[in-house]
Amino acid sequence: MGMTHIVDRRLNGKNKSAVNRERFLRRYRHHIKKAVSDAVHRRSITDIERGENISIPTRDIDEPVFHHGQGGHREMVHPGNQDFVAGDRLPKPEGGEGQGQGQGQASPDGEGMDEFAFQITQEEFLNFLFDDLELPNLVRKKLKDTETFNYVRSGFSTQGVPAKLDVIRSLRGAHARRLGLGGARKKKIRELEAQLADLLTAPADLDAAFSHEDQIKVLEDEIARLKANVKRIPFIDEIDLRYRQHLKQPKPATSAVMFCLMDVSGSMTQMHKDTAKRFFLLLYLFLKKNYKRIDVVFIRHHTSAKEVDEEEFFYSRETGGTIVSSALKLMHKIIDSRYSPAEWNIYAAQASDGDNWNDDSPVCGKLLTESILPLVQYFAYVEITPQDHQMLWYEYEQVQERFPESFAQQQIADPSEIYPVFRRLFERKAA
Amino acid sequence: MSDAIDRPNALGSEGPAAREPVSTGSEWTFELIRQYDEEIAKCAAEFGLDTYPNQVEVISAEQMMDAYSSVGMPVGYNHWSFGKQFLSTSKGYQRGQMGLAYEIVINSDPCIAYLMEENTLPMQALVIAHACYGHNSFFKGNYLFRTWTDASAIVDYLVFARNYVSECEERHGVDAVEQILDSCHALMNHGVDRYKRPAPISAEKEALRQEEREEYLQRRVNDLWRTIPKMDEDEDPVKRKKRYPEEPQENLLYFIEKNAPLLETWQRELIRIVRKLAQYFYPQRQTQVMNEGWATFWHYTLLNRMYEKGLVTDGFMLEFLQSHTAVVYQPPFNSPWYSGINPYTLGFSIFIDLRRICETPTDEDREWFPDIAGTDWVESLHFAMANFKDESFIQQFLSPKVMRDLKLFAIEDDDLEDSYKVTAIHDEPGYRELREKLARQYNLSYREPNIQVWNVDVRGDRSLTLRHVPVDRVPLGEDTEEVLRHAHRLWGFDVHLESVEEGTLIDDYHCPHPPPLKS
Repeated sequence: MGMTHIVDRRLNGKNKSAVNRERFLRRYRHHIKKAVSDAVHRRSITDIERGENISIPTRDIDEPVFHHGQGGHREMVHPGNQDFVAGDRLPKPEGGEGQGQGQGQASPDGEGMDEFAFQITQEEFLNFLFDDLELPNLVRKKLKDTETFNYVRSGFSTQGVPAKLDVIRSLRGAHARRLGLGGARKKKIRELEAQLADLLTAPADLDAAFSHEDQIKVLEDEIARLKANVKRIPFIDEIDLRYRQHLKQPKPATSAVMFCLMDVSGSMTQMHKDTAKRFFLLLYLFLKKNYKRIDVVFIRHHTSAKEVDEEEFFYSRETGGTIVSSALKLMHKIIDSRYSPAEWNIYAAQASDGDNWNDDSPVCGKLLTESILPLVQYFAYVEITPQDHQMLWYEYEQVQERFPESFAQQQIADPSEIYPVFRRLFERKAA
Repeated sequence: MSDAIDRPNALGSEGPAAREPVSTGSEWTFELIRQYDEEIAKCAAEFGLDTYPNQVEVISAEQMMDAYSSVGMPVGYNHWSFGKQFLSTSKGYQRGQMGLAYEIVINSDPCIAYLMEENTLPMQALVIAHACYGHNSFFKGNYLFRTWTDASAIVDYLVFARNYVSECEERHGVDAVEQILDSCHALMNHGVDRYKRPAPISAEKEALRQEEREEYLQRRVNDLWRTIPKMDEDEDPVKRKKRYPEEPQENLLYFIEKNAPLLETWQRELIRIVRKLAQYFYPQRQTQVMNEGWATFWHYTLLNRMYEKGLVTDGFMLEFLQSHTAVVYQPPFNSPWYSGINPYTLGFSIFIDLRRICETPTDEDREWFPDIAGTDWVESLHFAMANFKDESFIQQFLSPKVMRDLKLFAIEDDDLEDSYKVTAIHDEPGYRELREKLARQYNLSYREPNIQVWNVDVRGDRSLTLRHVPVDRVPLGEDTEEVLRHAHRLWGFDVHLESVEEGTLIDDYHCPHPPPLKS
């Protein structure tokens, strides 16, 4: 008795399992990557604020041990007999599934599952996504950091680092303090000095008994004491120091509009579109971190262009030829009517398999260089094809020469090649 | 046990006494926990429960999930499988599919018990009675725990193991360590000594001896492999028949640790750690019914005793009984909730009936339990707790009444028959048979395949041959090939596994290659 020791452990760390959890995710990264990839397919590109449910086939994560298999002769005792008596025979179910062992591999929550399901956080989700896109670490970090801040002045404080010392304010404070502490004494000194002067100038009494010498001595001593006191008041003291204070403030909110342009002619397969989706998603993630408000405009085109919603953009099919300039024209029109470059930062991402009617490509080049690129921050183009470049590519090469800062293009066969298109964009923002 | 002891819950006992209850609300405080613990300790002393000192740790639900995922070890090395456990626990908990256990208790000295802060006061009292006095006295009293585990050393050893593993990870990389641990885990159940007592584990000595062992081990292994085959000896049929090891070895991990030719020292050390942990958990695996039954019996008995003393209110008892009833609920075989026999129910029923047999024996009891009927129940229960494991405990103490109450019956499933057969039920001709069958069900060597090290081809390709002896023609499961791959990873050369029944080879597995055909 009295041997019990009661401890409150609630404030101890709770994430003891974090490392083990991370180990698990690491081990099954291939499964999870695939699930993330499926999720990207399913999700809207603006829907990146949450984690994801992942499920992995249970047998893939089983920890094997030697155990008994089906068959042979076995007996099991069960509870809750109702009307069996010894010697009763019961038909076996079809398929030869044995009665199995009582406990067997029952899962801890009691449901027999074929899938091991769990949740990953948004951060983990993005990490796996970035793995898929082979983003460099610096860029990952930038995309995941929740917000960027500006430091703004916000008054003064008595504590801080030397670099933030405000000299004028500190000296002003010191001056005030010196006045405050020394003023009364100095006044007193002045009075005493006046008295002393009076005494010194007064005619000396003949009678030594009435000599002012004692008085003068007293006054002189007092003045010397007071002066020493005043002298002891430091010129500047720690309490005088004032430091400029800064507050972290989220960067001023600005708006951006992102144009997604995609060729939906017959030659674009769903695979092409899924790759394109990642391309758009990456741009969206980038904008999301830099702008408070983002509009997304989806423009699809074959021989003519149309503004559509996301669902239709990615998942409906069209056939027919391709006139890329129709999309660029529509984009220009929309900028004109809704997104004044004075108020909006304009970004555009275009995906296509490169097909275009040959005499349309020069039109595209002209549209870009003359009307669109002067208005936009960045225009990124991917040609999703493993084959040779098409006419449009060569036209765009010339555009890139003229606008190396705001235009980028890349030919890609799979999502990991997307990132280079954005490289300049990320680099520029890093500065 | 003297008669002077106040015999609680005796028939016709006085009912709630006039004493003030310890508390009336349902919110707990540390002060109240302390008071309840004191009162429970007094009751426990009345019944002669002998325990290690207790260390009660109040933790949050999240911490409980952490504790869960490390299979109840207060400190564990890092491994993905614990992460998997954690994910599935937290998912179940967040969805409300499962409540967390009210407590986790660790076989250590002092005995560490975790209490969840979410519990109400009556629950905390139940948990204290269950874990700090029930399980605790079981750990201290049961012969398996006394023989096989060293409660005072385990926590330090776990810390040693954790540090060693993370050191290895730094030196050799997470992947290399993970591979070895994966393989060890696959063989963990076959990494225990069942019959001989191992040296108690001690972290300090472990660390001290480690270096010595490094050299020694390597020398030993080298010795085994230094033997240069002599052709003329090989010709001798008698010598050739001699196997290594001469006697089959049941502890696969031990054998591999000591004899695998290619393992590096740190790898052997990891095997040793997993093996030691397997050994530490081995008694728990063999005493689940008894341990839970004992703890449940005592929370039930101790809290009822508190009620008799007027220390707890009616409301307290109602809440306690509701939880207790849920814990000992046994769904029948045809219920959707059925997942085998509930060890809490079985163990509790046997202990409570044992007490009845002692206190108010019937003619049946006198016939079945002549040595126990009418004896001092506290003494008899302690005897039963101390000297048995699940298998022998059931064989010894499962009474006809419990079989009737639980309506037990045995089903035979033979792959040569096209129907199941009911072989015994809870009636006069069935009792003994039923009891035997149920006891066997808890025999670990019946539940797990019997696989031993049979031979190492020391003079040839260095392959390791394991031998499986099937019981009742039950074959190995579908994981076998996979486990063999793990054995191969540790052994470094070919591994063979033969199922041999009465001298006839029934089945064989090989990793990676089948042996060359013998002419």
